[in-house]
Amino acid sequence: MGKTFAEKILSRCAGYDVTVGDIVFAKPDFCISHENASAICATFKKIGVDNVFDPDKIVLTFDHTVPASTIAYANAHRVVRKFAKEQGIENFYDMNKYGGVCHQIMCQEGFSAPGLVIIGSDSHTCTSGAMGAFAVGVGRTEMAGVWATGELWLKVPDAISIEVTGDFQPGVGAKDLILRIIGDMRADGADYCSVEFYGDGIENMSIADRMTICNMCVEMGAKNAVCKPDDKVRAALEGKAKSDKWEMVWADDDAEYLASYRYSLEDIAPAVAKPHTVDNYATISEATGIKIDQALIGTCTNGRLEDLRAAAEVLKGRRVKVRTMITPASVEVYRQALKEGILETLLLSGCTITPPGCGACIGLSSGVLGDHETCISTANRNFKGRMGSKEGFIYLASPMTAAWSALHGEIRDPREHFESASDKAGGGQA
Amino acid sequence: MRIQGRVWKYGDDINTDYIFPGVHTYVLMSDEEMGTHAMEGIDTDFTKNAVKGDIIVAGKNWGCGSSREQAVKCLKARGIGALVVVSAARIFYRNAINEGFPVVICPEAVETTQPGEQISIDFDKGQITNAKGVYSFKPYSEHIQSLMQCGGLLPYIRQSLAE
Repeated sequence: MGKTFAEKILSRCAGYDVTVGDIVFAKPDFCISHENASAICATFKKIGVDNVFDPDKIVLTFDHTVPASTIAYANAHRVVRKFAKEQGIENFYDMNKYGGVCHQIMCQEGFSAPGLVIIGSDSHTCTSGAMGAFAVGVGRTEMAGVWATGELWLKVPDAISIEVTGDFQPGVGAKDLILRIIGDMRADGADYCSVEFYGDGIENMSIADRMTICNMCVEMGAKNAVCKPDDKVRAALEGKAKSDKWEMVWADDDAEYLASYRYSLEDIAPAVAKPHTVDNYATISEATGIKIDQALIGTCTNGRLEDLRAAAEVLKGRRVKVRTMITPASVEVYRQALKEGILETLLLSGCTITPPGCGACIGLSSGVLGDHETCISTANRNFKGRMGSKEGFIYLASPMTAAWSALHGEIRDPREHFESASDKAGGGQA
Repeated sequence: MRIQGRVWKYGDDINTDYIFPGVHTYVLMSDEEMGTHAMEGIDTDFTKNAVKGDIIVAGKNWGCGSSREQAVKCLKARGIGALVVVSAARIFYRNAINEGFPVVICPEAVETTQPGEQISIDFDKGQITNAKGVYSFKPYSEHIQSLMQCGGLLPYIRQSLAE
């Protein structure tokens, strides 16, 4: 019997063939933490070792509370800066070091690569599966333990395979696909599983799209998510890979999966996740006409150049009816969007560009919701109170849906934009 | 070990924003202070009135959402004796083990337990007793048990490093 991706990676970690349910001790290739490193530093010091296992394998970013808006946040940043300096951690993406959301930095800067084991003290660490890595989120104490010992226990998970075929229709994106999958599988449908995506639909997607998909798999309980790596991943790592240990790893054809699903991208339509759970799937027609007070486009889920470009294409030459926050996933995304004129288009449309980071998704800055306000958001969670007031409502959607809805002040089908665009083109020819 | 306590009962998909809201997540605070915010996002009655020894009983996918460990720490600091659930989200479950906070998976007991009733949990026998009956649950695996017996990951690592 062949092995799943997860079984292959963890067999390599163990040095022998493992199967589902085995406990394996793994040595991560990279460990990522953000502001919660401030708490990890304190826990690390309680363990009783002086130095981290390998400063070059630890990556630190600031993304949840940047720029610091309270004294408490600023002081937490100070703790991390001091620790990074003491320990000689050079992969520290402080605000003067060209940073961004941790998951974006991992993929963009060449830390995440096929076959590597990535551990992160953030639930969306699974985003790095877009680069073919085995990437798993853990808690703070666990990360302190890894910093001290260089290893952690991992249970070999069951796996779910998802074959994706074809290509998106105009106005439809990766966010619509993953909202549909989570809606089908529900919030615990992939609990403790490795979710393994492959097929020509995945090959047709950009790495940005793959990141959106892998990012959200934790919303159905996944331990990790991964897209079969290909030449796009290889090209992204060219001259950038931070480890030379990476190699193309994928599941065997005869691997045993807990369940296997197939999605054709032609069948995927614009969608939203309604309040207050991510699996509360609705087609766009069921949500059309719901009034909104704010749109949020960006964050680790949909804050890449491709996402901002898609939003700008919809917004170009028009004005938004509601306040619209644009939160690029990193300074590099911000810079590229500036260079391409995307930011100018967005600003002229009436959008507000926030500093790169988590933005309003976590409800700490850059556009929190007031009582009874409704937001359409490209982020990954719509839990009650997530973006501010417990009386607020969050609808999750793609950048195209969020942008088109922002123009109308209500949730609308972004395909209307593409239909009118093609009508104009057709009319011009006639 | 055997514990007994009063039940707080919840449904499915209680996420970490409900257990410990994001607004407190990036502020450094003591475990005790975390305890004062427990369940603030969903049940301020609990936040005000839960007492040491109480037990939480809930549906599936408890602790879904963020990796924030305070979701475990706030319950432990509040003196909650254990969590009995249909299922728990992976990172919460792992954080609970690392904190030495017992999470019991027992759908049958969840189904028949009523809010406010007294139930007891015998960890050695792997049994939960409520007003309706006695229910068995599967104990932790050997590795996890040794970790729990040490009191969680930190004491376990300290012990391993000393050996």
